[in-house]
Amino acid sequence: MTLLAVEHLGKRYRLPRRNLFAAAPEVQALADVNFALQAGRSLGIVGESGSGKSTLARLVMALEVPSSGHVRLDGDDLHALDAAALRRARARLQMVFQDPYGSLDPRRTVLQTVAEPLAVLHGAGRAEQRERAAEVLDAVGLRPGDLGKYPHEFSGGQRQRIAIARALVTRPELIVADEPVSALDVSVQAQVLNLMQDLQERYGVTYLFISHDLAVVELVCDEVIVLQHGRVVEHGRPHEMFRRPQHAYTQRLLAAVPGR
Amino acid sequence: MPLLEVQDLRVTLQTARGPADALREVSFSMERGETIGLIGESGCGKSMTALALMGLLPEGARVTGSMRLDGTELTTLAESDWCALRGHRIGMVFQEPMTALNPLHTVGRQIAEPLRLHKGLDARAARAEALRLLERVHLPQARARLDAHPHQLSGGQRQRVVIAIALACAPDLLVADEPTTALDVTIQREVLDLIGELVRDSGMGLVLISHNLGVMADRVQRLFVMYGGTVSEYGPTAEVFAHHAHPYSLGLFAARPRLGLARGTRLATIPGRVPDLADLPVGCPFADRCARVVPACRVALPAPVALGPGHMARCLRLDVQTHARAEAAA
Repeated sequence: MTLLAVEHLGKRYRLPRRNLFAAAPEVQALADVNFALQAGRSLGIVGESGSGKSTLARLVMALEVPSSGHVRLDGDDLHALDAAALRRARARLQMVFQDPYGSLDPRRTVLQTVAEPLAVLHGAGRAEQRERAAEVLDAVGLRPGDLGKYPHEFSGGQRQRIAIARALVTRPELIVADEPVSALDVSVQAQVLNLMQDLQERYGVTYLFISHDLAVVELVCDEVIVLQHGRVVEHGRPHEMFRRPQHAYTQRLLAAVPGR
Repeated sequence: MPLLEVQDLRVTLQTARGPADALREVSFSMERGETIGLIGESGCGKSMTALALMGLLPEGARVTGSMRLDGTELTTLAESDWCALRGHRIGMVFQEPMTALNPLHTVGRQIAEPLRLHKGLDARAARAEALRLLERVHLPQARARLDAHPHQLSGGQRQRVVIAIALACAPDLLVADEPTTALDVTIQREVLDLIGELVRDSGMGLVLISHNLGVMADRVQRLFVMYGGTVSEYGPTAEVFAHHAHPYSLGLFAARPRLGLARGTRLATIPGRVPDLADLPVGCPFADRCARVVPACRVALPAPVALGPGHMARCLRLDVQTHARAEAAA
């Protein structure tokens, strides 16, 4: 079953005017991107900075409005929904960011951070919030006793687990992970990658996984698309694509992987 | 005489919870033209080693042991002597080129600064030399870029400028602390190629610091694996890659995602977490996470044990693995 369908998606950003009388120049951040992601599968997005990876993530999360094309979740065009329907749809989408030091509020306890989406999106009561937060904390390998603690009491890997717990708490179908392990040390990165795969097996979560690390993408993704200057230049299964890259840009990315 | 000789370096920091040894018993030496790599995870002491080599340790840090550059003892240098050395005989490249450069000054002026300061060049000569340096680090349109400000350059171009500044006075030693971590992989390769080329041409020594094992593989002759403020294993790079023996090195290499792993493979993990510097045990810092730990591990920091020519590991339980390997072979 197709959970997420992206059709002819494009995004232009307007740059500051260089001249008062000239039209403002525009940059095409994303152009004509198409893919369909099945429920319970993972799609990797690779490319260099400026290739449009994060723009794609923001469009899929309905944080930005596309200049052209559609993002469909279970057939519904996310950007055509009215405010109330979009709010309901948001409970089904969650995001995990790169830097667990920047994405958690230092003045809020783990309980407040993890339970917030429940309160906002489901209007859950306190008892339910606490129960569900303890449940997801357990799922990511932290203890219910950690609920009262603050982010500074945790290591980088533990913080990323908290960020993942927060993403899981609404039982989303799709998690958009934007470079979720790039800021982590090798041994911690391994723990978080294993956890993300365990959660997928257990709960059937679908991942849109953005990464610049091809080895990580090969490990966790069923399919991968390669973006260059906002366009898809190659799309396929990572195992085959990374062995026999067809496009020159994919070949260049692979050749640049250090220590092969 | 070796270019750089570090012996039993110990750095003690003043923390809120009392003095903490950020580095202990760090020893290595390198010759001119040699390249060495320090690898490890956050909090293992690799950046602290770099800061010690550059005389940039945090205030209140106490240093014992010895660091000699061409025979000159560095640990007892006054700040004014450090200023004469840094940027002159020791070049530095940092991780984030945007914060290493001054956003208010042009690129040309920033490259010229060490030349005017250390070499006494006048403005005209320094500018001419800055242009030559920008060409040497292969920055396109070097002449026009002399008058550019850092925000007008991309990340890779900025890092080339930082390298040009580090090279300006033809240093004997280049310390590069995660020089490519903030860059895309394709740019990373270009920058590492450039550093390698410059080191070969000029005969300076290179200390490359990274948390990425892949970066080290083709770039340094000898590799030092750091953990808990000390060097847990070192040796010729190929030797460490092929026959790493310290339990921490084994864990680190196994945890690394490599191209070609099947979808869904679970990576090997190291249980527990890196110890806090303030809580470093007296014995082996890896003891709490190690499957082979015995009481003797916790008594004192294990001495380096030779594994081959120039290959050492600080571990009391290396025999366990040798046995396991022999059994696997049999």
